[in-house]
Amino acid sequence: MLTMPDKPFRILPRLNADNEFFWTSGADGKLRFRRCQDCGYYIHPATPICPECLSKRIETEVVSGRATLLTFTENHQPWIPGFPTPYVIAIVEMVEQEGLRLTTNIVGVPAEELVIGMPLRVKFESYDDVFIPLFEPELQ
Amino acid sequence: MEVAERSAAISGIGQSDVGRRLGRNPMELTLDSCLAAIEDAGLTRDDIDGLATYPGNLIAAPGFSAAGVTEVQDALRLNLNWFSGGPEAPGQLGSVIDACMAVACGLANHVLCFRSVWESTAQQKGVVPGGGSGGGNYRASGFMSWTLPFGAASAANWIALFAQRHFYEYGTTREQLAQIALNARHNAGLNPKAIYRDPMTLDDYFAARMISTPFCLYDCDVPVDGSTAVIVSRWELARDLRRPPIRVEAVGTALHGRPSWDQFDDLTTMACRDAGPMMWSRTDLKPADVDVAQLYDGFSFITLAWLEALGFCGKGESGAFVEGGKCIALDGELPLNTGGGQLSAGRLHGYGFLHEACTQLWGEGGERQVAGSPLLAVAAAGGGPLAGCMLLSRS
Repeated sequence: MLTMPDKPFRILPRLNADNEFFWTSGADGKLRFRRCQDCGYYIHPATPICPECLSKRIETEVVSGRATLLTFTENHQPWIPGFPTPYVIAIVEMVEQEGLRLTTNIVGVPAEELVIGMPLRVKFESYDDVFIPLFEPELQ
Repeated sequence: MEVAERSAAISGIGQSDVGRRLGRNPMELTLDSCLAAIEDAGLTRDDIDGLATYPGNLIAAPGFSAAGVTEVQDALRLNLNWFSGGPEAPGQLGSVIDACMAVACGLANHVLCFRSVWESTAQQKGVVPGGGSGGGNYRASGFMSWTLPFGAASAANWIALFAQRHFYEYGTTREQLAQIALNARHNAGLNPKAIYRDPMTLDDYFAARMISTPFCLYDCDVPVDGSTAVIVSRWELARDLRRPPIRVEAVGTALHGRPSWDQFDDLTTMACRDAGPMMWSRTDLKPADVDVAQLYDGFSFITLAWLEALGFCGKGESGAFVEGGKCIALDGELPLNTGGGQLSAGRLHGYGFLHEACTQLWGEGGERQVAGSPLLAVAAAGGGPLAGCMLLSRS
């Protein structure tokens, strides 16, 4: 696996039956969530029963990858050796559903230019078997 | 409605040495606080028939827990009728609230409750906060699997995200946030056991290095070694003990939003939003009746969230409430974190606030004692999805 020199060291998630689809989804550049086939609710993190309608008819579906910036922080503390500071941590909300959120990094834009509410788009960074979903400003 | 916690009282408190890198055996610190609390109540260990702690003997971040129920029961050879320890509770005080229910239900007469940390000594070894080892083949699981890959390794990051959203929605400022840290430091100067006692100015605050915007170093509490214990007794029995008992008027334990750091519905508040109103729903007393407030400050913003959640000000108004610091000073309308909080007196992890509330109600605050014999205190602990609070009155 080629490692880009500008890629930080990341602690990767431990994959299991419930999250593997999520962390490997970016292999084709697309982000996926579990979705209830009865009521349409997107479920994150994934559970075997829809928390809205209790249906068990749940499938993995591609989403647009578009999101809105809900809040962010510029982290300056070197918590993790090999993860250069500063970097921006954010909570974003996918456009598909209110409350469908991810904690992520915002990349490709200085923190000073970030505005809560701005539109974002997913991009992936690959590490071993994992594709980390990051977000960058959506080109207008 | 029968408010069961009114059948419970705090009858004694105890605390070990508290400090940075004490290098002491954490079990010894734990037992120091436990024995001090038992003696303070005028009891002996033969009287203790209940034991409760948070978070139990948990394998978590280094130093996060010094002892569980099992170790303390065995070390003190306690004969228990009831015991409980674990991390899945409404905040650190959830363990004390459990004890209140145990005595109210007649499962025990006198419950020893404790919380022990030795993070300062343990963290000298250099580890990633939050439980990771930070390298090699380590992979994150559980909640951390959703945050660690993004370098969101610490509660400093998770809480900063709430603070930033509060700033955005309500215009809260760093100058306002600073008042939590400045007030704590001022009060710590009057507390001989506090860790950081040198005066701090607003300029000092703004000169501090940034941790995770909007939090600078002084918005983050300080890891320490130390243990705190309290005795929860059945009210009828507490009346005959050494001290005037402190009645538990009401408790708040609710969590109605999602139990998560990043999926909670309202990013300008936390679980305290649910616990605070529940507490007031169990009493006729009102926020205006409170004489002294001890509100969790693991990070400064958490205190703002508790001020709103407990109705000391309106939603979104905590910044204005603390502005200038007068209102929350020792001689202010609502004396806040009178011992220096976790920001300046050390991260005793929730129990420190309960200890200080009792100290103030018993009039033993020394130089930092709130004038006018406070009768009613709030102790509240926890941030993010953790929140529990207690309303305490001196009889």
